[in-house]
Amino acid sequence: MYITINGTDYEVRGESTVLEVAQREGIYIPTLCHHPALEPYGACRLCLVEIIAGGRPGLTASCALPVSEGLVIETDSPRVHHVRQITMKLIMAACPDVPAVMELAEKLGVTDTPYQKASVPNSCVLCGICVRICSKVGTSAIGFAYRGSDRQVMGPWDKTPDTCLGCRACENVCPMGLIKFEEKDGVLIGEPFKSRVTMAKCSECGRFFTGAPMVGTLQQRVGLAVDLCPECQKTKEARLLAHAGGLGRYFNLEKQDH
Amino acid sequence: MKIRIGLGSCGIAAGALKVMEALKEELDSHNLKIEIQQTGCIGMCHKEPLLDIIDDNGQTFTYGKITEKDVKAIIEEHVIAGNPVEKHLVNSSQNPNDFLGEQVRVALRNCGIIDPEQIGHYTERGGYEALKKAITMSPGDIIEEIKTSGLRGRGGAGFPTWFKWNAARNNPGEIKYIVCNADEGDPGAFMDRSVLESDPHSVLEGMAIAGYAIGAAEGVIYCRAEYPLAIRRLELAIKQAKEKDLLGSNILGSTFSFNIRIKQGAGAFVCGEETALIASLEGERGMPRLKPPFPAQSGYWGKPTNINNVETFANIPWIIAEGGKAFAAMGSQTSKGTKVFALAGKIKRGGLVEVPMGLSLRDVIYKIGGGIKEDRNFKAVQLGGPSGGCIPVDLLDTPVEYESITATGAIMGSGGMVVMDETTCMVDVARFFLDFTQKESCGKCVQCRIGTKRMLEILERICNGEGRPGDIELLQEIALKVGEGSLCGLGQSAPNPVLTTIRYFREEYEAHINEKKCPAMQCKALITYRIDPDKCKSCALCAKKCPVNCITGEKKKPYVIDQEQCIKCGNCMEVCPTKFNAVIVE
Ligand SMILES: Cc1cc2nc3c(=O)[nH]c(=O)nc-3n(C[C@H](O)[C@H](O)[C@H](O)COP(=O)(O)O)c2cc1C
Ligand code: SF4
Ligand code: SF4
Ligand code: SF4
Ligand code: FES
Ligand code: FES
Repeated sequence: MYITINGTDYEVRGESTVLEVAQREGIYIPTLCHHPALEPYGACRLCLVEIIAGGRPGLTASCALPVSEGLVIETDSPRVHHVRQITMKLIMAACPDVPAVMELAEKLGVTDTPYQKASVPNSCVLCGICVRICSKVGTSAIGFAYRGSDRQVMGPWDKTPDTCLGCRACENVCPMGLIKFEEKDGVLIGEPFKSRVTMAKCSECGRFFTGAPMVGTLQQRVGLAVDLCPECQKTKEARLLAHAGGLGRYFNLEKQDH
Repeated sequence: MKIRIGLGSCGIAAGALKVMEALKEELDSHNLKIEIQQTGCIGMCHKEPLLDIIDDNGQTFTYGKITEKDVKAIIEEHVIAGNPVEKHLVNSSQNPNDFLGEQVRVALRNCGIIDPEQIGHYTERGGYEALKKAITMSPGDIIEEIKTSGLRGRGGAGFPTWFKWNAARNNPGEIKYIVCNADEGDPGAFMDRSVLESDPHSVLEGMAIAGYAIGAAEGVIYCRAEYPLAIRRLELAIKQAKEKDLLGSNILGSTFSFNIRIKQGAGAFVCGEETALIASLEGERGMPRLKPPFPAQSGYWGKPTNINNVETFANIPWIIAEGGKAFAAMGSQTSKGTKVFALAGKIKRGGLVEVPMGLSLRDVIYKIGGGIKEDRNFKAVQLGGPSGGCIPVDLLDTPVEYESITATGAIMGSGGMVVMDETTCMVDVARFFLDFTQKESCGKCVQCRIGTKRMLEILERICNGEGRPGDIELLQEIALKVGEGSLCGLGQSAPNPVLTTIRYFREEYEAHINEKKCPAMQCKALITYRIDPDKCKSCALCAKKCPVNCITGEKKKPYVIDQEQCIKCGNCMEVCPTKFNAVIVE
């Protein structure tokens, strides 16, 4: 199957979105709410491209646009350029002076916004990646609250989400780096979602290593028994391998203290 | 002889229940055994409560604005003595008034005529005959009939109904669904509520026919919880239809089974958008999903789903019974049949009207609506609510049809029609709608979440007299981009009120910004009330009515308004006797 992006034909095999093809071919399309591990969401509107032929002509979100034979796309036409700039300026007005936002804006040639800046500065761009990864993890501990410009991400009623596993997936994916988990006295404290998760102890070394609910969930869902911290797990695996390779005598297979 | 009384939400609100009580008492006192039938809404809101006397010759006499006190005279003079009481008569079979006489009733065919709580009344007027006919037809023939009729969705976008049915029918799947969109979120719109309250079976029958055509065995009505009477009557109607074997398993002995249930929504505007509605039905937060896939491909629980509006469904039985050709005979080239409007605002005769497509806006407003209240000058008519736009006087001859209305920058919408006169400020109108859409935006996408808020801020500052040069261009720029770039119809159409008011009433925006004046004298920050010392007769009426007591004066001396304290409520102007007209607004 062939599609045309900015005048060049590209061959595409199998299913993919226009954004994926562009990324593969090194054509830059800005994104904020796209994450390769998640389904298309279409919220940030930065990835809008123009369909010239092969579909309903006009602007559409490339992250959610499946490629089809004969699709002709412009990623940098004047129309795309204009709407992208306005979108960026709107994001800048809602999240003023956020470094990651400024950086992206600069990349798009936008330096300032003509719109009234939010009175309560907020760094969250509401890409929803955290909420979506959390739902994918299967607990939906966090979600959206309020409508319109009051929208926020939080645990239910802004209280400690009682289904949070402490998996830290959200922390990992937030493009703004806003989510932070910290260990304190055997409790994993996650902000801004007010997560409070009791941690599990490594059965080898006794250190806290992950949210206790994670251990149970892994066992339950994938039948994986995790009772060692990553380091002890590594040591254990190395020992097993060494043993299998006949090197057992070089290792003390008795319990080892850290 | 029969007496009929309108007990829709509208009639009840106007006091019809009291009239009903008085009626029963009056009949009892004369020992008269006359049937009193409740009915829904005939659409004459401006004359509620309404009471019909249907005499033994089948002639109907309608009395309007009836109170408990009028009942006695009507019973004694008309029912007993046979002389209609001219004073309260608003319509009669021989002498139809202009409001009803100009209308063509298809979707509203039974509204205000039958008792919505009795299935017998519906079947007496041919109800469920269309379903009986449909189950002897092939699904393909039904869809062909709908295609012939030219019916387009009445929920706003005007998409051809047959096309959606056909897609849902052809998409593979054992399980398919029919959904009725009864969310009706436009402020001021009440077409769908009236149909559900006044003729619930017509919607059920339409849904069952659609179910048969696409191969669905289940239908869901998504109705806002603020419509308790509609929900109660729907529930009753479903129960009655089941008892009569018109819904449920093996309808009328056929192999076709179809059940309908009701899902109450919490009344968010965005939940009327079909993908948000599906999310809400599934128990998720009501947020739009990406299209494609369209509901006909993957809708409710991922199954092929056909969603139509209440009015769309109410038209279906008529089309199947009378034939698609009869429907297509009404209307214009591209828009067939009729359309229901909720006529409101500065209009003499407001209410629910159904007109053939192609009728001009002028005819709807002047012939049916009777023109502008207090014979003021017409300024604009707003169509399509928050997604629509304002149409000015020189476009009053625009016919009511999808393409022509879209060409003005407004949309046909679901049927909200608000008439505005010279006392309406168009910047304020745009501000009002933006305030609404901005609050109702689900907040998912940037354009709508941030863009509508920023537009509102600009409109607010213009109304507050703080508009800056360049604001109009700034507004236009965001408006166009929000329209182009938003994810769902809410954001895509939210700029329409702004764009149309700028297009047709730009000078009003300019007056606000450049001269700090509100030509319609509505924007409080831009007007002052003053008492003309030469005209003031020191009657003190204004001082009494001023809520903040900022008008002072004494006998024989003109009264004065303290501008610092005045909150610009306009009470003084209203109470100053017309013969003095001493209060001036500037
Ligand atoms: C923000 C928004 C609100 C809507 N609200 C309604 C509504 O209240 N009722 C309705 O029937 N359609 C509404 N629609 C249109 C629906 O998405 C859908 O097009 C319609 O229900 C399809 O039915 P139809 O083809 O019979 O018109 C709305 C659309 C948008 C974008
Ligand atoms: S850490 Fe908690 S909130 Fe974050 S993704 Fe995991 S379960 Fe969800
Ligand atoms: S917290 Fe981060 S990941 Fe979550 S919505 Fe905000 S910016 Fe996106
Ligand atoms: S346009 Fe508005 S309502 Fe629609 S998805 Fe975007 S934010 Fe939500
Ligand atoms: S990346 Fe496509 S809308 Fe955000
Ligand atoms: S007469 Fe029923 S809504 Fe007006």
